Amino acid sequence: MEGLWDFLRSLHDAYGINLVHFYDTFERGRMLRGMWTSIKLAAVCIVLSVLIGILGAWLQGSRFKVLKAVVQGYIQFFRNTPPLVQMYFFYFALGPQMPRVVNEYGISQPMLGSFEWAVISLSFFAGAFNIEIFRSGVEAVQRSTVEAAESLGFNRWQIYRYVVLPLAVRVCLPALNNNLVNLIKTTTQAYAIAVPETLFVASQIWSDRINVFEMMVTLLTFYLLLVGIFVWLMTRLERSLRVPGFGQ
Amino acid sequence: MRRLMGVLAIGVVAALMGSTAAKADQLAEIKKKGTLIVGVKTDYPPWGMRDASGNIVGMEPDMAADVAKRLGVKLELVSVVSSNRMQFLQQGKIDLMIATMSDTPERRKVVGIVDPVYYASGVAILANKKANIKGAGDLKGKPVCALQGAFYNNELQSKYTGTDLVAFKGIPEAEQALLDGRCVGFVYDDVVLVWKKAQDKKWEAFDVVALPEWKPVPWGLAVKTEELSGPWGKFMAETTKDWLKSGTLLALEKKWVGSNTQWLIDASAAAKK
Repeated sequence: MEGLWDFLRSLHDAYGINLVHFYDTFERGRMLRGMWTSIKLAAVCIVLSVLIGILGAWLQGSRFKVLKAVVQGYIQFFRNTPPLVQMYFFYFALGPQMPRVVNEYGISQPMLGSFEWAVISLSFFAGAFNIEIFRSGVEAVQRSTVEAAESLGFNRWQIYRYVVLPLAVRVCLPALNNNLVNLIKTTTQAYAIAVPETLFVASQIWSDRINVFEMMVTLLTFYLLLVGIFVWLMTRLERSLRVPGFGQ
Repeated sequence: MRRLMGVLAIGVVAALMGSTAAKADQLAEIKKKGTLIVGVKTDYPPWGMRDASGNIVGMEPDMAADVAKRLGVKLELVSVVSSNRMQFLQQGKIDLMIATMSDTPERRKVVGIVDPVYYASGVAILANKKANIKGAGDLKGKPVCALQGAFYNNELQSKYTGTDLVAFKGIPEAEQALLDGRCVGFVYDDVVLVWKKAQDKKWEAFDVVALPEWKPVPWGLAVKTEELSGPWGKFMAETTKDWLKSGTLLALEKKWVGSNTQWLIDASAAAKK
């Protein structure tokens, strides 16, 4: 490893290509921590937003009007406001209203920090879209299939869980894939509320070290790889779930 | 090619001669026309700002008024911003510039920065009293608010906090986060923090703690480069020395900023010796 860092250092001296975020121990440390934070943030938000989508799509089919209205209100609120504005709203407006805890430095601090608010904001944001995506899948399942399940004595949750959802997922997977890719890219906005993710760390480094060009290339490559790996996994999932003849 | 070079050389020589010929005694000129024109800031309270009726007021306008008084001439203030202040001086639109300008070697090549410098801003932390912070050594492992892109961020994190800074794009966000208890303190220019604390009651539970780990950046007033060694530059050097010696700057800082910064106390004491 040392050899590689020395090589990168020599690139700076010889050609002015400043990859300080790789060869300097301190900068590399925070760069890697930033990337790990991005991955963690994206993973948690993906899981939560998919759960919200599944639950929301089920509630949308509910017989209770009030429940349906609540879900509809939630979708409208989160789909019609920009994610950056939501994040500012949660962190600076809603955050300070939360119960406070006294931290180890003797300061009373709001219960949820910037990472938690980013998770909440991004999950709800992507979740609103996911509900609509799952609904499109649910509606694609033929009425006769549901009737067949009803005649076998399944209750409403069982029908959703064992019959409708497995078929719906297969229909809506490409759209879901799209939305989750968008979610991964939107995690960069957590930068605005000081979550030390990749873009946040990168901007710190490029203003300290004035290597803007190199940092831009690194950032772009990182997200290209991150999203690339995710899309590859999702395509594999899509293929493994394929039911021969279904949807044709 | 050779002929072109020759023409250019003649041009350069002529220009140089012209500028020497044009060099006059600016001090005498100011006295003759009876007005001193000073460029000051209007966007940097309390050093230079506009009051409710639109007049330019602040610590630096007061300094300019004192210069005019010493010369026995009228004062005319011109509002400048960071991006045009040096050009205004070069073009002769102003006789003197007192505009919160940091003293750097690059700027010394363009304008005549008068020695001694009259002010300096260092780095300090506006810290929550409960966190009991006495210096940079107490910041280890603690969340510290800062501004993205500040020159001390890297060292602050690598040498003192060890954890990622809670850095925001603008001052209002960082202040809000500090008030909400999301960090133990906000690291910024000491003079601005001192002024903020004196201005607003909401900072009662906070202290401004100096961070002498970062050397103060001096602020210089300036005249045209060719005037620096002439009577005008010498007059301003003497005036600045006197301001420091007589405590004029300390009094002005007290009046406008609210309290005195360590740099000015030290510089005034040094000038007395």
